[in-house]
This record gives sequence, C-alpha cells and structure tokens, in this order.
Amino acid sequence: MKKSRAHLIFGAALAGAFALQAGAAEIRVACYSDGNECEVTQDLAKRFEAQNPDVKVAIDKVPYKAIVEQLPVQLAAGEGPDIARVTDLGGLSRYYLDITPYVKDPKYWEANFGQTLKWLRPTPNDKGIYGMMTQLTVTGPFVNKTLFEQARLPLPGPKATWDDWAAACRQVAKATQVPFAMAFDRSGHRFAGAAISQGAKIFDAKGNLVIDDGFRAFAKKFYDWNRDGTMPKEVWGGVGGSTYRDAFEEFANARVVLYLSGSWQINRMDKQIGKNFDWVVVPNPCGPGGCTGMPGGAAFVALKRTKNPKDVGRFLDFLASEPIYAEYMARTENIPANAAVAKKGVDYKVSPQAKAALGVFVDDVAKLSPIAYDLQGYKLNRAIFNPTAARLGQAIAGEMSLDEALKRIGADIDEQVKAAGK
Amino acid sequence: MARSGEAVAGSSAARSLPGALLGAVLNAAEWPMRGLQRLLGVPRIGWAFVAPNLVVLGLFTFLPIAIDFHYALTGGAQLYPTDRPFAGLENFRTLFECGSYLDPSTCRKDLFWRAVYNTAGFALAQVALMVLFSLITALVLNRKIIGRGFFRGVFFYPVLLSPVVVALVWKWILQREGLLNALLQGAGVTGPVWLDDPHWAFFWSVFVSIWAHMGFYTLILLAGLQAIPPDLYEAAEMDSASPWRRLWRITLPLLMPNLLVVLVLALIRAVQVFDEIFVLTGGGPGSATLFIVQVIYQTAFAEAIRLYGLAASASLVLAAALLVLTLVQLRISGQAARSRRRRQRG
Repeated sequence: MKKSRAHLIFGAALAGAFALQAGAAEIRVACYSDGNECEVTQDLAKRFEAQNPDVKVAIDKVPYKAIVEQLPVQLAAGEGPDIARVTDLGGLSRYYLDITPYVKDPKYWEANFGQTLKWLRPTPNDKGIYGMMTQLTVTGPFVNKTLFEQARLPLPGPKATWDDWAAACRQVAKATQVPFAMAFDRSGHRFAGAAISQGAKIFDAKGNLVIDDGFRAFAKKFYDWNRDGTMPKEVWGGVGGSTYRDAFEEFANARVVLYLSGSWQINRMDKQIGKNFDWVVVPNPCGPGGCTGMPGGAAFVALKRTKNPKDVGRFLDFLASEPIYAEYMARTENIPANAAVAKKGVDYKVSPQAKAALGVFVDDVAKLSPIAYDLQGYKLNRAIFNPTAARLGQAIAGEMSLDEALKRIGADIDEQVKAAGK
Repeated sequence: MARSGEAVAGSSAARSLPGALLGAVLNAAEWPMRGLQRLLGVPRIGWAFVAPNLVVLGLFTFLPIAIDFHYALTGGAQLYPTDRPFAGLENFRTLFECGSYLDPSTCRKDLFWRAVYNTAGFALAQVALMVLFSLITALVLNRKIIGRGFFRGVFFYPVLLSPVVVALVWKWILQREGLLNALLQGAGVTGPVWLDDPHWAFFWSVFVSIWAHMGFYTLILLAGLQAIPPDLYEAAEMDSASPWRRLWRITLPLLMPNLLVVLVLALIRAVQVFDEIFVLTGGGPGSATLFIVQVIYQTAFAEAIRLYGLAASASLVLAAALLVLTLVQLRISGQAARSRRRRQRG
C-alpha cells in the first residue's frame, strides 16, 4: 500500500514537472552588440517574462562575426535561434517568419515601421511582418574638432565636398603632426554612401548592380588618398578578402582627423574618448549625386525554424510597442526606426557631445539618397559590398591596378548574382 | 572457453580484487561472445571487433568525403545537398580557367591561384627552415648544457598555446606602435609597419609559424637523438673523427627516420596553414598572405553568396595535392630504408 502511494506521489510530481516544462515555452535570441543592445534586451526580456510567465526568453550574446558567418549556415541547415539580431536584412529573408498573425495590431507595425519593414521582405510585393529594426543607422563622418582648433582652421561647411574635406583634413594633419587626414571603415557599405554622393547610380535601368562612372570616380579618389598617405593604407590594404576592419582605434588615438563610420559608434565614442578631445559629427560631404551616407541598421527578426511562433510574435510585439521601443532607443543611444517614437523624440541620457552627434545623424536621414535606400533594401547588396572591400584592398596594397580592381569587382558581382539565381 | 576464463580467474590474479573483477568481466562476456561466434563463424568474428571503429571512421571521414564530392559536382548557393543542381565538372573548370597558370591575374579565380602560389612558397620556406631550426635546437638541447630542462620547456611552450593567442601576441608586437617598433625607436631606428608591407608580412607569417610549431618537431628529433647508441660516438671519438664527420656519418643517417616524419608532418601542416595567419594578417596586405584554406573558408562561409561547390572543389584539389606529396615522401622514405638495409647487409 505504502509502495503504491509512493508511486502515485512520484508519478504526480513527474506529471507536474512535465506540465510546467510544456507550459513554459523557451525562445532563444541570438544577439550581437554594438554597445549595450544585448544587455538592454536582456533587461526588457525580464519585464516581458514577468508579464508573460508562460514564456522564457534566453538572450545569447554572440560576436558579430557569428551573425555574419555562422548564422546563415545554421539557418540553411534548419537550425539556429528563434529570433536573431541581423544586419544582412534582405539576404536572409527566406528564413524569416511572418509574425502578422501573432501581433496585436498589424496596422501599428505598418504605420510605424513601414519604411523599414520592406527591407526584411523577400519580395517587393510581400506584405508580411518579419521583425523590427532595433536601430536605424546612418553612415557619416566623425571629426576631431580639437585638432581643427589646434590648427586654427575652420571646419568646412555643410555643403563641402569630399575634396574640400580631404584638403582641410590634410592641412590639419600637417599642422598638428597627426599621421593621417582621413580613414574609412573597411566596408563596401561605408564606401557606397560616398560613391553615391559622387554620382554612382549602383543599379542599371534593369535594376542590376553596375559599376558606373560615379562609382569609378570615387574609387579613383579613394585609391589616390590611400596611395598618397591621406589615409592609412593598413586599414583597407592591410587585410585580405572582404574582412571588415574599423578605424575606430585610429580615431580614438587621435591619429586621424576625419573618420567615416556611422551612428552606431556614438556610444563607443562617448565612453572611450570621453574628455580626451572634442569630437563632432558633420553632415555627409557632397558631390554631384548629393550629400548622402548609407542607411542601415540591425533588426530583430523572427525565424521560421522556431517551434513557438506565437511567443516569438508576442515578444517582438512587446519590444516594438511605443514605450518599450522608446526606452530601448534611449538606453542604447540609437536612432529610432519607429515613426511615432521618432516624432516624439527620444530622451537620450547621454553627454551633450553625443546628443549633438545624434542630432546630426537624425538630420542626415532626411538627406539620404533614394539609391542608398534601394541598395540597402536590395537582398544581394553584399554582392557589391564585399568585392568592393576585397578588390580595392588589393589595389591599395599594390597588387593590381585600380582599373583591374574595378573590372574584378564587376566580374565578382556577376558571378555571385548568377550563383544566387540558380 | 569457459575453462580458460576460469583459469584466468583462478590464477594468482584472482587473489586480488582487480583479478576477481577481471574474471567476472570475462565470465560475463563469455556468452555473448559464444553467440557471436556461432552467428558469424570464427574467421569472420574479427569484423565484429573492428565494426565500431569502422562506423566512426565511415561517419566522420568517408561520409564527409563523399559529401564533399557531391558539393564539388553541384552548383548554386543552396546548402541542402538535394536542393543543389548537378553541375558536373563546372566548378573545377571555373577553378582552372586561366590565361596562364604562371600569372594569377589572368585566371578567373585569381585569388585561388594567388593562394596556390603563396601556399607553395610558404610551404617551401617554412618546412625547410623549420626542419633546419628544429634540428639545430634538438642538437643543442641534446648536449649537457646548463639549464637543459628549462630550455627544453621554453622551446616546447609555444606549442601549448592556441593559434589565436600566438597570432594576437605577435600582432601586438608587430603593429605600427607595437613592441618591436618601440624597441627600434629606442635604438633610434624607425621601423616599418611590418604587416603592411607584402614582403615583411610574408616573412613574419613564416617566422611566427616556425616559432609556434618548432617545439613539437624539436621534441621528435630529440627523441631520435637520444635513441642513438652512445657507444657509436665513443668509437668515433677513439678514431679521432671530427664533430662535423660524426654529425654527417652517425647522427644524420641514424636520425633520418625521424627527419622524414618531421618533414611529412611539417609539409602537411604547412599546406593546411590557416588559423594563426588568418588572425595575424587576415590574408593581407592585399592577398600577400592568402593561403588555400583561407580561400576555401571564405568562398564557403564568408562571402555574400556562399559558393559551397567551388569551395568543395578547391578542397578536393588541396586533398589531391596532399595525397601526391605524401605518396612521394613515402616512396622516398621507402627507398631510403631499402638502401640502408642493403648497405647494412653489404
């Protein structure tokens, strides 16, 4: 009798444990950080869990390289997390889950994230909701203002061209004995904004990627700046392939006057440079194609392989809600992609320097070229970004001529686009 | 069978606890063994013993090779084998499409050919220097010098380090404002940006690789040196043979089997070079330190459109090259062993 009662208690406990296990669904989020995004997400996830005790959210902080290189392979193999923070927005779209049925009000999403929802859609006619931008980024130049002051030279005005900036920064570098005038992150994405300003159309009449005269013109300038010492050769020429390399350390150590990167660096600038010198963000330099940078950013996307689509939808809906999104933007110091939050303005708790920088980037959003938006939304955009970094890097290292590099970029694009179409 | 098991259990070992345990295990294994023997027959029972290893080898070696062939013969950017269209030898044709094989810039996959030449140059320089330095170090460490144990540890220590750690340490030493340039500046010399110049970057790739792996090969050669009977040297000394002659006539011939092992291992390792150089230089500047394995990795995993087929075909070309190198070395070592035996008989 005793034995059978013990069996009964054990059985009930086991059943209870299974019921609890079955009840609390777990969703895993692969998150990379530019600053503190994953920590803030973790914090918000705890609040979501308190409101939804039946869901457990696990935030896995991973390096950016894992998102770029390992996540696509995992997804292709039918593995991976339930949600991921990605930057190859269109390139991975075939793995995204449409969460429209699981969000409270799809119209809220359309009204507030409408501009960027299309970046996540696999086809232009698709109307699904696949995730939300966790940051809207804009590329643009950071300038060491202290060096300009020491050189007693004024900053070029808002309509200054890339040539004006190069000349001014060279003067400053010479006067202050700083080794380099300018540096760009080693990334085809950074290059693209400046090339579009120089008149690059990027797409031909049929919508195919093309290396045109504007692209060539900026490539020539860029190549010359690297060869004549205006830029540090080691950033673009020092590594091989399409390897990403930023020039943040060069700027933070006051070794360059102007550094082209993007709005996601503000947090890092604020914390690491501190009071060492004054830095400012200036509007993107101009050219025949306008004064544009590149938009971009990272998005939390729902992934098809999830076994808990409803909970994934609920969590993303929670993050996208206006007060939570506004808090997320304020704490991560990012530019909002939510129209309502952007309209009300974000109460950034940052230094006046960082606040001013964010203001310049927000103003620059309005000046972005439509070509830049199209390129960012094009799902094979890395087919032009990667060869740009790899081949220009080879030319800068002296391995091939600029003409040959441009020919190779064209051939690489054709090959990649052809393979993607198979 | 039962009797032999009992014999073991009943022997002196059975008096102790381990002996009793062994007996119990043998007794327990007896009936399944008998069943297996009845099922397969005595001549085939060996297969049952090697089957677990064959399964592991098949799953983790032969199956991936078969999959590699499948990818090499199919195209597109899909990962699932069944989604990939058959492309025949197209990937190999793409790899080998060249105006002149001597000029990588005339090749369709110029980076692959640059990597082939870089790898060949790296293997030649690194293996030759590695064997030379390992031999010299082993000869020195085999002598009765002060602090011999300490120095043996020092030379072996880098082998214990992760390749990423090795590369990062050297990167800090070699960067523009790194330790090396700081030391040079202290001596009034302005050093170059070592990893920014193609020739220096290649030199440092070879140097770092030797620094990191030399200890392992030194250890193999040291073991070989210690196996040489000391009476040979004593006899040579009595015959007033010079140290150079002793090295040439005793040490090197008797060390030849170890030297061949070192040569084969170092060559295979050099052709497969990737991790530490990838972290140290990223393949740059340009493609000055780009090696074949990095090309394979980038083609398959780092490009926007992942060309798994092209990467698989490049890896098969690399495997074929390694197979040829190994066969050549085995042939040479076989010939050397035969001629040595002939000399001994003669």
